[in-house]
Formats: sequence, structure tokens, C-alpha cells
Amino acid sequence: MDSVSEFWPPVRLTLQLALWSTGLLLLLGTPIAWWLARTDMRWKEVVAAVVALPLVLPPTVLGFYLLLCLGPSGPGGWLAGLRGGRSLAFSFEGIVLGSVVYSLPFVVQPIRNAFEAVGKRPLEVAATLGATPWDAFWSVAVPLAKPGIVTGAVLGFAHTIGEFGVVLMVGGNIPGETRVLSIAVYEYVETLQWDRAHVLAAGMLAFSFLVVFSLMVWQKPRPEAGS
Amino acid sequence: MRTVAAGSISARFEGQIGTFSLEVAFEAPMQGITALFGPSGSGKTTVLRCMAGLQRMSGRLDVGEDLWQNDDQGDFLPAFERQVGYVFQESSLFPHLTVRQNLLYGARRSTRRRPGPKVSFDDTVALLGIGGIIDRSPAGLSGGEGKRVAIGRALLSRPRLLLMDEPLAGLDDAAKEEVLGYLERLHPRLSVPVVYVSHDLREVARLADTIVVLSGGRTSMVGPLRRVLEELDRPFGSRDFENGVVLRARVVGHDRDRRMTRLVHQGQEIVIPAVDLPQGQDVRLRIRARDVVLACKMPSAISVRNILRGTILQVTVEEGTAFAEALVDVGGGRLRSTITRDAVLDLALEPGKPVYALIKSISFDRPAPSVVRASHGAERPL
Repeated sequence: MDSVSEFWPPVRLTLQLALWSTGLLLLLGTPIAWWLARTDMRWKEVVAAVVALPLVLPPTVLGFYLLLCLGPSGPGGWLAGLRGGRSLAFSFEGIVLGSVVYSLPFVVQPIRNAFEAVGKRPLEVAATLGATPWDAFWSVAVPLAKPGIVTGAVLGFAHTIGEFGVVLMVGGNIPGETRVLSIAVYEYVETLQWDRAHVLAAGMLAFSFLVVFSLMVWQKPRPEAGS
Repeated sequence: MRTVAAGSISARFEGQIGTFSLEVAFEAPMQGITALFGPSGSGKTTVLRCMAGLQRMSGRLDVGEDLWQNDDQGDFLPAFERQVGYVFQESSLFPHLTVRQNLLYGARRSTRRRPGPKVSFDDTVALLGIGGIIDRSPAGLSGGEGKRVAIGRALLSRPRLLLMDEPLAGLDDAAKEEVLGYLERLHPRLSVPVVYVSHDLREVARLADTIVVLSGGRTSMVGPLRRVLEELDRPFGSRDFENGVVLRARVVGHDRDRRMTRLVHQGQEIVIPAVDLPQGQDVRLRIRARDVVLACKMPSAISVRNILRGTILQVTVEEGTAFAEALVDVGGGRLRSTITRDAVLDLALEPGKPVYALIKSISFDRPAPSVVRASHGAERPL
């Protein structure tokens, strides 16, 4: 059996999915986290709860609504129409969007906590030193919140790699398009190809352990991290 | 509409935070150090934050010819456009930057708006004595070092107004003395006005030229330091500070055998335990009202060394107590003396009466030795 040509497409697709999702998650999650950390608006906890919903919803419920959104009669269909398509369901773009929604709380929460820990003072100092709010965000808030942002990015990346339910619901099992690792393992098991399932499952187990372990090492307080 | 004298800071703020209401208005010169003085909870920090634009209360703020806030026309310049230097109570250095990067943070951004006078990086570093720690991380600095870096960082942003919020708070006595010494050294060289918040009268008497007294969110007194100190009639009770005056005197000589330093105030000699200051140096003496005794005749054979001739200007009886306070003119400067009503009646103390003021104790606000050298060398404004 040519294992490289057999296993490489789902691995590559999974990495592509995770990289795209992580990028979009940081782009979307950082401003949401910033807003949640800084605003005094009364309904901010409503927004926080909506962002956190994927933590408790079954992936099938989330996947079902996403399928409606991405389908021909949803906004996803309209978006696909701009490029001459009919629907974003059962496409790579579709599972990227699904992953972003599904992993959002894992990215927003640590970044929000980090921004809250930075507090108002360093930004006030930056303002009195002539930094515009945009400048102060990049030169002070982001560097000081870096551990939280890295944690958010790693969690988002790892969570996307481990995702199954939402991808299956909105993407199905199309080789090279939506057939990511977790789907491939599922299919091997269903079709009783246990030796192949073993290879992929053991690989993901090792990967997940490495991610969680390095996060723990990274988050351990280091001597030079002062106040 | 008020007219504002060019070359002055004019502030007026009013508003409500919870149950605390603030209604403050004062004018201060565009030079020297103006102290915002009052007990904690009097609104000092709030006023300073409003001046920096970090907090908004309705009012108006003119700094020289610049208008920073005018709510009559809805004008409010945000903090980052005000070109202020702000030294916070905690030194608040950026922990992710080195000392040098902290110092340069404001300097690099200072040209955005109309910056204040140019400030030399090397001079500032030398003056604040932070050359040796320039490549360190703020986490490893002592309290005093951190404050000095924070002061340098504010200065290097080329402010048009420097605001300092209790920069000595939270330091131990040694560090306080260290930072105070550097501030005194800085004082004559500063070309921007400073507004300095403090609740410590000793600190204020050492540094300030002008004083704004706040009490319960209101301005209770504004004026040159000496006059206000003389006029402070215990508005907060003796708990917050002791009544007294500040006299200016000049060093005229030293007596090495007796270990005394001779000073002169308006032709009258004052001796204090020896201090290491050159002849001609001006010093500030703080004399508490309870350390001044009055006599109608020149006493002889007495251990008190400092006896000044003067004339009573005013006697104020403190209602409901056995005490009174006399204000005595000693040839230009003024002394306050706490005496009993009994003494007022027995000695017939009244305005115009010549008296001898016996000073039991003088606290001398000692400038750091480096200040003395700095004030004798060629002075370049920072």
C-alpha cells in the first residue's frame, strides 16, 4: 500500500483547514475579545454568551443551522453566487466557516482574559505619551496580551484539527475537498480498515498530546515575566 | 466669558462621580511647579486626570495659548493629542520594553502634534541617573529607579505640561528622598510647567512655587506657596498638616567649631545645625507655629538660639479653645505662633506691638548635594 498517497491528502487538507481557520479566528476573535474586555455596555454578556454557545451545543445542531446558512437559500448561497457557485455547503470554504464558528469560544476566551489582565493603565500611559488608540493597541495591548493570543491561536488550531461533527454536517466526506483526518478515521472504522484507522488515530493522539503539553509548558510562569 | 492671561494654565472642572461632587477652578503660571494639595479624597487625582484628558468632566482648560477643553463649544482634545507628560502614582513602565525603549516610546511619538521644548535624551538620562540601568527590564528595577525612569519617559515626550500624581507614593523613606533629590535638581532646569499632586505638605514646601489647596472637591485656596502656607488656617484640622510658614534665607557662613551654619533672613541672623551648602545658597526653612514663642522683651541667658525682632500683624483667637494664633512680621517674612489666650491678655498682644519671636526648632528642607552643584554650574534648560 502506498501510504503517502493514501494518507497525505487528508493530512494536507486538515492542515489547510486549520491554518485558514486559525487566521480567520484571530482576525475575528481578537476584535471581539478586545470589545468584550473594554466595553461597559450592559448587553456585552449577551454577546459573550452567543460566542460561547458552541461550547454547549451539540455539533449536529450547530452543523444543521450552518448548513441552512451556507446552503443555496442562505447568505452562504448568496456569497457563493458572487463566484458563480450555488452554495457553500459541502465545500472547503464551507467547512472553514463552520470551523471558525465552532472554535470561536476557544480563541475569544483566552484573548479576552489577557486583554482584561492588561488593564486600562498601560493604555492610558500610551495615550499620555502621544500614541493614538490604534498605535497603543499594537504597541502595548497586543505585546502585553501575547501569551493569551498565542494560547487562543494554538487552541483554535488544535480544536479545528480535532473537529468532526460540524465538518461532517456541513462538508460531508468529499476526498480532497472536505475529507479531513477525523472524517477519514471515521470512514476507516466504518469500513473495518482498522490498521489504517490505527495509523491516523495514533498520529492524532501524539499531535494532541504535544499541543496540550507545549501549551502547559508555555503558560508556566517564567522568571522574567514581571509586572 | 473669561479672558485668560497668555502664559497661564487655567482650569475649571465640575461634575459628579457617585456621591462625590467636584467643582474646581484655578489659575496657575506657565512656569515652575504648581502643587495640587489636599487630603486624600479631595479630588486631586481626578483634577489631574481631567487635565490629561484621561477622564472627562465638564469645564474648560487652557494651557498657555492652547485650548484643550471647552464644553461651551463641545471641544475636547483626547489625551493622545494633548502633549502632556503624566507620571502616574505607580511608575507604570511598559513591562515588555527595556528602560531605553520605555524612554523612547514617547520621544518617538512626540512630533505628532505641536511638541513642547526639545529635550536631550543624554541630558535627561544623566540628570536622572538612569544611565546604568538603561538596558535593563523594568521588572528588575527598585521603586525609586522605576519612578525616575517614568519621570524621564514623561519628560522625553516633549510635553507642554507635565502632570505628576504623587510620584513619591509607595516609596520607602530612602527612595522618597532619592527621587525628591532628583526632582529638586530638575526643578530649576525645567522649561515646562509642572502640576504636582500631593497630600504631603513637607513635599509641597520643598518643591512647589504655587499651591492650589483642594478640600472636599472644592478649591479652597490658590496662590504663591509662601503666602498660602501663611494663610492656611487649619482648613482640614491639624490631623492633615501642621500650621506653619516657610521662610526663605541665604547661607552666609559656617562655624566649624560649633558645627553651625549661619543664615540671614532680611538682615536678621538665623543659625541652624551645620549643613553642607555653599555661601550664597538660598534655602527654605519650614517653621511650625507651635515652635515659635513670643516675648515682649529681648530675653537673655536662654538656650534658644534664634530670636527675631518683629511686629504683630494679627491675632486670631481660636473659638472654643484656650489658644490663639499670632501672625508676626519679621522684616518681610512672616511667622506664625501658637499661644494661649491667657498670654494674649497678660502681654496685651495686639496688632502693631513689637515682639521677639523665639524659634525653638527649624526644619530645614535640605536639597540633595547634587542640587547645589547643579545650581552653580552652567544651567541648561531641559
